[in-house]
Amino acid sequence: MATTADHFQAHTEDHGHHGHDHEHKPAFFARWFMSTNHKDIGTMYLIFAIFAGVVGGAISGIMRAELAQPGIQYLGFFAKMVGDNPTDFNATLHMWNVLITAHGLIMVFFMVMPAIIGGFGNWFVPIMIGAPDMAFPRMNNISFWLTVAGFCSLMCSPFVPGGTGMGAGTGWTVYAPLSTSGSVGPAVDFGIFALHLAGAGSIMGAINFITTIFNMRAPGMTIHKMPLFVWSVLVTAFLLLLALPVLAAAITMLLTDRNFGTTFFDASGGGDPVLYQHLFWFFGHPEVYIMILPGFGIISQIVSTFSKKPVFGYLGMAYAMVAIGVVGFIVWAHHMYATGLSVNTKMYFTAATMVIAVPTGVKIFSWIATMWGGSIEFKSPMVWAIGFIFLFTVGGVTGVVLANGGVDDVLHDTYYVVAHFHYVLSLGAVTALFAGFYYWFPKMSGRMHSEFLAHVHFWIFFVGVNMIFFPMHFLGLQGMPRRYPDYAEAFTYWNHFATVGYMVMSASMVVWFVNIIYAFTAGKKAPANYWGEGATTLEWTLSSPPPYHQFETLPVIDETVHH
Amino acid sequence: MARSNRKTAMTAAAVALTMLGLGFASVPLYRIFCEATGYDGTTRRVDEAQAATVQDSGRTISIRFDANVERGMPWQFKPLQRTDTVSIGVRDMALFWAKNTSDKTVTGTASFNVEPEQAARYFNKIQCFCFTQQTLKPGEEARMPVIYYIDPAILTDPDNKDVQQITLSYTFHVNAISAADAKALDPQQSGG
Repeated sequence: MATTADHFQAHTEDHGHHGHDHEHKPAFFARWFMSTNHKDIGTMYLIFAIFAGVVGGAISGIMRAELAQPGIQYLGFFAKMVGDNPTDFNATLHMWNVLITAHGLIMVFFMVMPAIIGGFGNWFVPIMIGAPDMAFPRMNNISFWLTVAGFCSLMCSPFVPGGTGMGAGTGWTVYAPLSTSGSVGPAVDFGIFALHLAGAGSIMGAINFITTIFNMRAPGMTIHKMPLFVWSVLVTAFLLLLALPVLAAAITMLLTDRNFGTTFFDASGGGDPVLYQHLFWFFGHPEVYIMILPGFGIISQIVSTFSKKPVFGYLGMAYAMVAIGVVGFIVWAHHMYATGLSVNTKMYFTAATMVIAVPTGVKIFSWIATMWGGSIEFKSPMVWAIGFIFLFTVGGVTGVVLANGGVDDVLHDTYYVVAHFHYVLSLGAVTALFAGFYYWFPKMSGRMHSEFLAHVHFWIFFVGVNMIFFPMHFLGLQGMPRRYPDYAEAFTYWNHFATVGYMVMSASMVVWFVNIIYAFTAGKKAPANYWGEGATTLEWTLSSPPPYHQFETLPVIDETVHH
Repeated sequence: MARSNRKTAMTAAAVALTMLGLGFASVPLYRIFCEATGYDGTTRRVDEAQAATVQDSGRTISIRFDANVERGMPWQFKPLQRTDTVSIGVRDMALFWAKNTSDKTVTGTASFNVEPEQAARYFNKIQCFCFTQQTLKPGEEARMPVIYYIDPAILTDPDNKDVQQITLSYTFHVNAISAADAKALDPQQSGG
C-alpha cells in the first residue's frame, strides 16, 4: 500500500541482529493468561473466535437438519438435552427460538467481532502503523477476557428456564415484551449479561484502538498514509464507541423491566416496547457495519497486494468508510418498517438507506479499478477477496431492494431478509475473514499453509454457501416466514437443497482445519515477505512470525511515498 | 506519549459515557417526541381553555371505540357505544363500562392508542378515565367517560385525507393487585 517495504529493509536487519531482546517471552501461564502482548492477544481472539464459530456453526447445522423437511424431527432431542420436558411440545418449539438466538448472538458478538477486530485488528493495526504495541496493553487483556466471560454467560443460558422452555428464545434482537414478561426465568438475564460483558470488552477495545491509531503512529505515518485496514478499524472503533453504549442502556432497561418492576418498555406502566426497537436498531444498524468494515479493509490490502498496485482512489476508499459509518447512524428504522411508521418517515428512511449504496459502490468500483490493468496473481487470499466482492455485492443489491419501505412491507421477516443478511455477513464478513486468514496466517504462525488446500477450501465453501443462501431468496419471495422450525410443504425443495448446501459448506471447513494442521506439521517456514513485491505494508518488513516485541526503533515513513 | 494517550482515552471514554446517558435520556425524550408528534398513536391532551378555542368545521367523521383488558385482569370492559359519528371540531363524550368480576379490589390504568396513527395528533382529549388510576371494589361496576374532539386541522393534512374512521382503543392494565393474585386469577398462566 502506502509505504514500500524497500524503505524498511534496514530496520528488518536491525531486528534480526539483537533477536534475543525481542524474544524474551514470559512463561506459559503468564504469557497466555496475563497477556499484554498485542500479537498474543490477537492470537487468543482468533482461537476463541474459531471455537465460537464452530459452536455457532454447529447450531446452524441443527437448524438446517430440522429444516431439511417439513414437520418437527430433531428439535425434541435437543430440547430434552438441555432439560426440557419431552412431552411439552411448546418447549420443543421453544428450542428452535433458543437455537436461532444463540446462533445470532454467537456469530455476531463471539465470532465475527472477536475475529475481525480483536484478532486481525490487534495483530496488525499496531504493526501497520509502526507501533510497538497497543496503547493500553492491560486494558487489551481485560477486553479479551470480558469477551470470554460473556461467552460463558451466554453458554449458561440454554440450561436454565426461559419461560416457555429452557433457554433464551428471544432472537438476537431481544425485543420486549417477549424478552420481558414473555420470558420468565434466568435464561434471558444470562443472555443480557453476556451482551453487557462483551459490549464492555468491545468498548474498551475501541478506546484502545482509537488511542493507538491517533497517538502511536510511527514518524511520517500520517493519517492519510495509514493502510486502509487501519482506517477501517479506526472507523469501526468509533462506531463501537457510539453504538454499543446505547445497546448497554437499552438492555439495562430490559434487565430492570424484568427484575425490578420498571416499565420502560411496558405499556401498562406508560412505557412503549417500540422504544426498545428504536434503541436496539440505533445500535444494531451500525453493528452490521462494525462487522463488515474491517473486512473492507482486509480486502483492500489483499486486492492491492495481488494486483501489485496501490489501491485505486485511496482517499475515496478511506472516506467512503467514514461516510458509511456516519450514514449508518441515521437509517436504523429501516429495520422497523412493519412497526407502523408514517409514510413520510418511511420515505426518509428509504432514501437515507439507499444513500449508503453510494459509498459502498465507491468501494466496489475502486477494488475493481485496483485490479484493472494490474499484474494479478490468483493466490488464495486474492481468490477469497474476489469471492468476497461478488458475494457482498449480491447481498448489497438485495439490501437496496429491502431498503424500500413499500417492498419491505411484503418481505419483512421472510427468508428474503435471511438471504440478504447472510450474503453480507455469513458470506461477506466470513469470506473476508478467510481472505485475511490466508493472507496473514503464515505471517502470524511462521508456517506456510497449502495454497492448493486453500483454493479447494474456497471453491467448496463458495459453492456450499451459495447453495444454502441463494434459494432463500426464492423462499422469501414466495412468502416463507423466518423464525419457524416448520413450513408448508411447498417450500420443501429449496429447503432441502439448502441443507445439502450446508453439508457442502461443512466439508470445506474440514479442508480448512486440515490445512491448518498441515501448516503446523509440514508447512514450509514462511519468509518475511512471502507475497512478494505487491505486499508493501509494514508487517512485511518483519520476520514471520514477527519478533515478540517489534519496532523498538520506530520505523520512519518516507515523506515521498504516496499511494 | 503516556499523557496524550490518557487524554485520548479519557475523551473516548467520555464519548461512550455520553452515548450511555443519551440511551437512558431517550426514554423521556421519546415520550416528549410522541406527545408532540402523535407518533405511535399517541393522542393529545388539552385543557378547557384550549378546547374552547376550537370551531365546528361542519364536517363529520366516524369514531370507533375498542376496549380490552390485559390477560388475567378480572374486569369486564367495553364501550357503551361501538361507533359514533361526530362533527369535527365539536367536543363529544364517549362512555365506557367496566366491572370488577373478582372478589378482590383491583386498581387499573388504561393505556390508549389511535389507529390510523397519523390521526393521533388530531385526537384531543379534554377528560379521560385514562388520565388517572381507576379502582373497582369486588363486583363493582362503573361508567367511564372520555371527553374529546377532533381537531379540524385534520381536514387539511394530506396524510389524513383518506381517513374515514378513527379507532380509539384502550387496554386496562392491573396496577394494584399482587402478582400472585393476578396469576391465580388467570387460568392460562396458573395452569402452565
